[in-house]
Amino acid sequence: MEKRGAGLETELRLGLPGGEVEKNEKKRVFEEFDGCEDKAAVHKNQVVGWPPVAAFRRKNSFNGGKMYVKVSMDGAPFLRKVDLSMHKGYSELVRALEDLFGCFGIGEALKEDEENNEFVPIYEDKDGDWMLLGDVPWEMFANSCKRLRMMKRADANGVGLHAKDLLKGFSKED
Amino acid sequence: MAYSFPEEVLEHVFSFLSSDRDRNAVSLVCKSWYDIERWCRRRIFVGNCYAVSPEIVIRRFPELRAVEMKGKPHFADFNLVPEGWGAYAYPWIAAMAEAYPFLEEIKLKRMVVTDESLELISKSYKNFKVLVLTSCEGFTTDGLASIAANCRHLRELDLRESEVEDLSGHWLSHFPDSCTSLVSLNMSCLGSEVSFSALERLVARSPNLRTLRLNRAVPLERLANLIRRAPQLVELGTGAYSAEIRSDTFSNLADAFSACKQLKTLSGFWDVVPSYLPAMYSVCSGITSLNLSYAAIPSSDLVKLINQCQNLQRLWVLDYIEDSGLDALAASCKGLQELRVFPSDPFGAEPNVPLTEQGLVSVSEGCPKLESVLYFCRQMSNAALIAIAKNRPNFIRFRLCIIDPQAPDYLTLEPLDTGFGAIVENCKELRRLSMTGLLTDRVFKYIGSHAKKLEMLSVAFAGDSDLGLHHVLSGCDSLRKLEIRDCPFGDKALLANAAKLETMRSLWMSSCFVSFGACKLLAQKMPRLNVEVIDERGPPESRPEGCSVERVYVYRTVDSRQRLDRPDFVWTLDEDSSLRYS
Repeated sequence: MEKRGAGLETELRLGLPGGEVEKNEKKRVFEEFDGCEDKAAVHKNQVVGWPPVAAFRRKNSFNGGKMYVKVSMDGAPFLRKVDLSMHKGYSELVRALEDLFGCFGIGEALKEDEENNEFVPIYEDKDGDWMLLGDVPWEMFANSCKRLRMMKRADANGVGLHAKDLLKGFSKED
Repeated sequence: MAYSFPEEVLEHVFSFLSSDRDRNAVSLVCKSWYDIERWCRRRIFVGNCYAVSPEIVIRRFPELRAVEMKGKPHFADFNLVPEGWGAYAYPWIAAMAEAYPFLEEIKLKRMVVTDESLELISKSYKNFKVLVLTSCEGFTTDGLASIAANCRHLRELDLRESEVEDLSGHWLSHFPDSCTSLVSLNMSCLGSEVSFSALERLVARSPNLRTLRLNRAVPLERLANLIRRAPQLVELGTGAYSAEIRSDTFSNLADAFSACKQLKTLSGFWDVVPSYLPAMYSVCSGITSLNLSYAAIPSSDLVKLINQCQNLQRLWVLDYIEDSGLDALAASCKGLQELRVFPSDPFGAEPNVPLTEQGLVSVSEGCPKLESVLYFCRQMSNAALIAIAKNRPNFIRFRLCIIDPQAPDYLTLEPLDTGFGAIVENCKELRRLSMTGLLTDRVFKYIGSHAKKLEMLSVAFAGDSDLGLHHVLSGCDSLRKLEIRDCPFGDKALLANAAKLETMRSLWMSSCFVSFGACKLLAQKMPRLNVEVIDERGPPESRPEGCSVERVYVYRTVDSRQRLDRPDFVWTLDEDSSLRYS
């Protein structure tokens, strides 16, 4: 890691219009998640492998180990469920999400919306707030995520990411 | 000497030596003692699988019956060692299958074991008896089926805390009806349900069964029948400890427990329904070891249970016990030797239970035999640490984890240097120490001056400069394992103490300030050390001179070849410091 305490670059970008967009051979929905698992976080309690509770113990803790959460994708006719405990990090999860929703025309969404050709992955945390995926270390996210939503980037534009705005039009039905 | 003992006599004398240290000393006396000893050594322990090669071991000890080995460094438990780093068991298993047809025991910790390895074990050794896989991974229940089916004289199958790909519970049914030799079965890490009737029959035909640790999938309703068939059990791990509250289930269970007069150890207890805990009360006075670390039990129920266990020596529990529960523990269990308190909500920002440093202070006051502690909490003070140190100078293991890794003394806002200083100063027999909290170079000065028996030290987010590391490496005479993460320690201290590293098993440093240049220099200076740079960002030379490596793992080895099984993110450096990577 670089000097401890200094601000650390992360590779997470919102991909808002006008910002850099990486053009890759294989168009992946969430490119910004490649390989950024172990970036040490700015705050001392957002760190990989901390607190030092053995991975085995975490997986088998009294609350069951399995962490199924619902995933909705804007435009898809039904929701899916994904087990967060099966994945070791964001890039694994993202790949699983793409597999789950591949048949719902991510490709088409990309064509329609050439500039904003990505989805914004968000999740609802323990406090009921809608958060952008990727800010906190994986383990912290997995322990506080209640549900996931793949929001069309177009909906995020000009809206700043306030929870109540994101919930506009989002069904509250379980 | 004008005459000497015949070999057979010496061999007979050596056969009384079981400790590795004694046997190693014996083999240094003279050439003939070395030779006699090596032919009659039956057990070895290899603390680091890369410290030696299978060929070297086999050449020196041709008649082994038991091999115990460790692979990945301890910090692998916290995901600090990238996937694919190494510690593969197969090369060892394959080499030993050829060399040791009479091998009886294999015990591995933190190694990658494949189904292929397990199948090879099951088919290569006619008299195989003991397989213990602690925190291992890489195998499936198919591998277990091979072991069950082919090891006719199997005594122990213990999979503690291993990550097994659970294809089905069918593996258990592979134990043939003729297998009656089981003494110990630990399947607690497995997810799927085994056939209950197969399990019951296996237990019923194993008169020597002493240890049975079930998995979560075995429901409470089945437990009574199982333990009824094994009233001689000494160690029991339950499955899920929950059921609808019914008096017949309860009395059935209580009856079954009351028949187990030898029971000393209890574990398991997933999904506990506290009303069923009293079913165990009849055995509690004999219980010496209780592992409730997966059980969400309210403090009041925990206290009722603990008050029954007057002879408790070891307790593992979640912080649901609260300070008040620890007070009760201190009052009831005067023979307590080891306490581990785990966090129920490790990622929560705020404390979720009233458990503080006070609980630990109480136990240290009330339990005169307490010598080993692992304690997670959210606040600590120097005053508390000093009190604990004065109460319990007999600590041999002290591992404290404050959830906020750089938390100062919450009363004075000062670093916790003096508190930990008191621990090392008072506890002269301390062998293992883990520290957290706000800590400066000063605490390392205390450690270097006082912790002369310290063998293992774990440090995170501590220290100000290289001086900290230097104090430890130059002062701790007995140090064998040092693991450090996120500390401002770098090249100077490392290079100045290069020779020390050869007296240790290993040094791990991640997210510190060690440069690639220093690693090269260290490897050059110390040919009997392997210096592994574990860095997932690409070739270390492609980055500027002063850039720190992500992780460095240094260990002594008598195997002069570089690791052949390195993944592409591990760079090792040999004597002429030319860069080698696969």
